[in-house]
Amino acid sequence: MSDDLKIPLLDELEKGPWPSFVKDLKTLAPKKPMVRDLLRQLEKSYQDKRGYWKHGGLVGVLGYGGGVIGRYSALPDEFPGVSHFHTIRVHQPSGWFYTSEALNELMDIWDAHGSGLLNMHGSTGDLVFLGTVTDELEPTFRDLTARDWDLGGSGSDLRTPSCCVGPARCENACYDTLELVDNLAHRFQDELHRPMFNYKFKIKAAGCPNDCVAAIARSDFGIIGIWKDNIQVDQAAVAEYVDSGFNVKEFVVDNCPTGCMSLEGKELKIDDSNCVKCMHCINLMSKALSVGKERGAALVMGAKAPIVEGALLGSVIIPFMEIEEPFEEMHDLLERIFEFWDEYGKARERIGECIERIGLASFLEQIELEPLPQMVTQPRDNPYIFYEEYYEEE
Amino acid sequence: MAGEISVEQLADEMYGVVAENAGMKKMKAGDLTKAMIAKFGDQVSKQDCKSAIKLLIDSGRCVYGYYGGSSIELPRTEGAAN
Ligand code: SF4
Ligand code: SF4
Repeated sequence: MSDDLKIPLLDELEKGPWPSFVKDLKTLAPKKPMVRDLLRQLEKSYQDKRGYWKHGGLVGVLGYGGGVIGRYSALPDEFPGVSHFHTIRVHQPSGWFYTSEALNELMDIWDAHGSGLLNMHGSTGDLVFLGTVTDELEPTFRDLTARDWDLGGSGSDLRTPSCCVGPARCENACYDTLELVDNLAHRFQDELHRPMFNYKFKIKAAGCPNDCVAAIARSDFGIIGIWKDNIQVDQAAVAEYVDSGFNVKEFVVDNCPTGCMSLEGKELKIDDSNCVKCMHCINLMSKALSVGKERGAALVMGAKAPIVEGALLGSVIIPFMEIEEPFEEMHDLLERIFEFWDEYGKARERIGECIERIGLASFLEQIELEPLPQMVTQPRDNPYIFYEEYYEEE
Repeated sequence: MAGEISVEQLADEMYGVVAENAGMKKMKAGDLTKAMIAKFGDQVSKQDCKSAIKLLIDSGRCVYGYYGGSSIELPRTEGAAN
């Protein structure tokens, strides 16, 4: 690295036991003027205690309304290398599985057209290419699509659906998360690339209630694997846990949130009708316990981070759906939801906020779903559900 | 009945609405669709409108903009680039 790169404040970040992004940037800086100016601008930001980025929304590739986020330096004369520093979102493969060959291919494309910096992965799930100029957007897109890659979603569109590794690596998976997410991404291509919504719409698919993709908290439409029947128990394996000295009572039974388990000698008993599928026992005794056989998913809607309004967790809209190809029930439901949002939503209002504003009862009516007890968090306290018969009796 | 107005004609009409409102009102895909349905009634469907927007964008006559919600706008140089 050349000696005239003076960034004393950033140098501080290299100290200590943790890997530092500054170190990574410095290795690229000698061959990438963009990275060099990125470091210089960042140093100035640290000195002045303010950011020097401007965001712009009108850069992209022909025909697509998402996938590129425009960013410019507010000090282009001082830092010409980052006068443009656009971000490209590359549609991630389901479950984030890549071959080494695929990764090398992506890195070659990005080395040729951008800064070489990337983020694996952004919070939406996409592989993010960080930093290029407007003139390189179309060539990057051309090289990506020529090798069967595509851009992900950004702006007010369907964001790239994401999922956990599911059955590819995990025995808890109650449905094929990878297949479903791949299918939804293909089925809703227009919604992904041609923004038509009021705001962003995120779909996340978790194979079981462990919810490794945080669908309950981070998606407008979460698909969380669940089973209907009983937890499968291998009593011989339970006995092995007991014999090994593992305190089944203290660590497992006593921590069951509904108290629906008991240990009699070396035999574990579960009252499945009171199990809330929290996964605690299965996670701790994975050799003896596993999810049931009648598998599907619960659908939740309306989660979001606290940006415009406060944070929301998803609410159940369908307690159990079988998730099987060709996934038509899911397609139809999503279409009805998009139709509802198109009709009733306001600009920059997430669908969860829209449902709160309009009321769950009206939402359910519009998307043609019956109210169910699972949608009620607190009986009779819930302002969304009205029991007409109840009033009639009065 | 839907389909009586061609997608090309719809795209031209939509372009007119976008151009008329340029600089004053950001037109969303839904606004354009509603405007076309108000004008042509059941001679157009939502799907026709979707196809017309696609045509407008793919031809480069309009681009997608972003101001929190998505809009369909006339091409221009991004202000932040200056
Ligand atoms: S969410 Fe469940 S199925 Fe998916 S990876 Fe996590 S534990 Fe496994
Ligand atoms: S999954 Fe949770 S609620 Fe169900 S039996 Fe196990 S610990 Fe109890």
